[in-house]
Amino acid sequence: MKLAFKDLRKKLYIFATEKTIGFTLISIFLGLVVGAIFLAAAGFNPFQAYGIIFRGIFSKPSYISYTIIRATPLILTGLSIAFAFKTGLFNIGAEGQYIVGAVVATVVGYFLHLPLLIHIPVVIVLAVLAAGIWGGLAGYFKAKFGVHEVISTIMLNWIALYFQNFLIYTKGFQKPGGETSYSIQPTANMMILKTWKQSEAGREWLLQNPFWKDLLRTPMNWGFIIAILMAILVWFILNKTTLGYRLRAVGFNKFAAEYGGINVNKNMVISMFIAGGLAGLAGALQIVGVSHKVTLIAAMEGYGFDGIAVALIANSSALGCILAGILFGALKYGGAKIQPFMQAPSEVISIVIGSIVFFISIPKLIKVILTKKNKKGDSK
Amino acid sequence: MIDTIFSNLALIIGTTLMYSTPLIYTSLGGVLSENSGVINIGLEGMMVIGAFAGAAIGYFVGDPWIAFIGAGIAGGLFGLLHAFASVTFGANQVVSGIAVNFLGIGIALFLSRMFFEGATMTKSIPLDNKMPRPLNGIFPKGSFFSIIFDNQYATVYLALLMVLIVWFFMYKTKYGLRLRSVGEHPTAADTLGINVMRIRYFAVIISGVFAGFGGAAMSLAIVSNFRPTLISGHGFIALAAMIFGKWKPQGALLACLLFGGAQGLAVFLGQFDFEIPTQLISMLPYIITIVVLIGFVGKSSAPSADGIPYEKEHKN
Repeated sequence: MKLAFKDLRKKLYIFATEKTIGFTLISIFLGLVVGAIFLAAAGFNPFQAYGIIFRGIFSKPSYISYTIIRATPLILTGLSIAFAFKTGLFNIGAEGQYIVGAVVATVVGYFLHLPLLIHIPVVIVLAVLAAGIWGGLAGYFKAKFGVHEVISTIMLNWIALYFQNFLIYTKGFQKPGGETSYSIQPTANMMILKTWKQSEAGREWLLQNPFWKDLLRTPMNWGFIIAILMAILVWFILNKTTLGYRLRAVGFNKFAAEYGGINVNKNMVISMFIAGGLAGLAGALQIVGVSHKVTLIAAMEGYGFDGIAVALIANSSALGCILAGILFGALKYGGAKIQPFMQAPSEVISIVIGSIVFFISIPKLIKVILTKKNKKGDSK
Repeated sequence: MIDTIFSNLALIIGTTLMYSTPLIYTSLGGVLSENSGVINIGLEGMMVIGAFAGAAIGYFVGDPWIAFIGAGIAGGLFGLLHAFASVTFGANQVVSGIAVNFLGIGIALFLSRMFFEGATMTKSIPLDNKMPRPLNGIFPKGSFFSIIFDNQYATVYLALLMVLIVWFFMYKTKYGLRLRSVGEHPTAADTLGINVMRIRYFAVIISGVFAGFGGAAMSLAIVSNFRPTLISGHGFIALAAMIFGKWKPQGALLACLLFGGAQGLAVFLGQFDFEIPTQLISMLPYIITIVVLIGFVGKSSAPSADGIPYEKEHKN
């Protein structure tokens, strides 16, 4: 029995220190423990809180749907940042690229009148192009003038934010009496079964099928599927194409890449263009799938900054971004529910996420702790 | 006519100083940390916790200076956290800095809900308990200098003094030399008997203290409470200002004044009924920064060992 336990511990040690995924899982566990400590110190029962969060994510079809809707933009901004990381660039600008994507999607979705099947692709492609150019600018500034991408993307974020607010106050785009834009045309709306849901026949059918009724209550849309396809596409580009090879070479060693005949400057611009496009896609999907309009924003909404955490938890792996994005979306959506149900601060979720990222930053600490324990186990 | 030009100019200078102050403290923190070789992208989180601690202590204790120091300590604790990860455990400094940002906003709002009956906004500090305005009423009313200095809080002058102190420390004392040598070439510094770890710990903790001051300069002076969006990106702007200022205290000061100045200009122009909407004017500081970086400053380079964890070679 004792031997089996020791064996298990050894296996755990190898899993946690030599496999990235094992280490990530342990970090997530430790992050949840830190959150529990905060809750307990404030006088709340952490088990009750995590129970509410868990049920708040899984106990109803609509909850799962909301979680997925929450996760979709985070997967994409996470991908955007992960992609740039692979090329050795730090894209703090996903926030602004998201805004550009959302704004352009709304403008194209509202002003253009196109047939149903054409409108959505046109909206998305134009939004992604615009956001790609927005991101590419930072790459260009770096390549051409040596401007640090961290500064230029922070500046571009704020310019994008004020640009959105400027457009919202523009005549013809601002919905009279509100601090929002007009909503996009129905042809640009990507919600699943939107018209059927509200039709006579649809409502009747849904009354008899409570599962579907609950599920379709949410703004369920194709965004999640697109995000997953994008993750696969990014994985493919990075690992299976010459472009991806070049981009990674630049990220790995700029000078060696240059020596090997790779045009470093060009690849930096391309990388930031793709990263910008991914973040812009997040914004565009949010418009066509969920919100359908842009509103006045007083401060950064955080999709880009949350995306940084997603990319870090995913260890910059494209497929990992899907899982990390879902984890993040789930914690945010489920975490909000401890506020009304037990008056516990839902901000504990930021503490959990911060702690997860913190533990991820220090693989050595976990290694040291586990090694000590393992050694003790051996000497017995 | 000339009178109005002068009073308008004074107004712009005044708002410039006001808005620059939180950035100056925070980017000084960035200067110290990065010159010792530790990237501090967690300035934002440290600023947030400082702003909260300042507002909360100010509300419960009432003395602005105790609140200000408390904010510095709170920021310093987060600096300690960052140092623990990045100095002792050789963390990827960008990653642990991002963690600090999440923890800063999370813990600030968590504590706010605990101490202020579930609200994420702290209760306002009474006007008498805000930072003093030392030069208020010294110049004749309505004069050029009174417009500039009447409404400046003590934090403004202290910030300028701190720039001088940090500059003196870095370039005129042996400890400053050690700090810079640790950031440029830690191995060489180590061979000369300088304790790399200790200096980096010191620099990162002090950088948290400064960022905490920066947050408090916001919540104790410019406004009088803490709310979730009070510090929204200011830490990142301070970080940009530090890079813009080429990792030097005097450079960071100028960059912060540029941001504050453009913001002051935006506020000033915003009061007129111009054809240009205020939203476009608000973009100015950020556009100016990019233009300046492209046109005049050129390539900037960080201390050579910035971002690289230092490990002593182990003798086996």
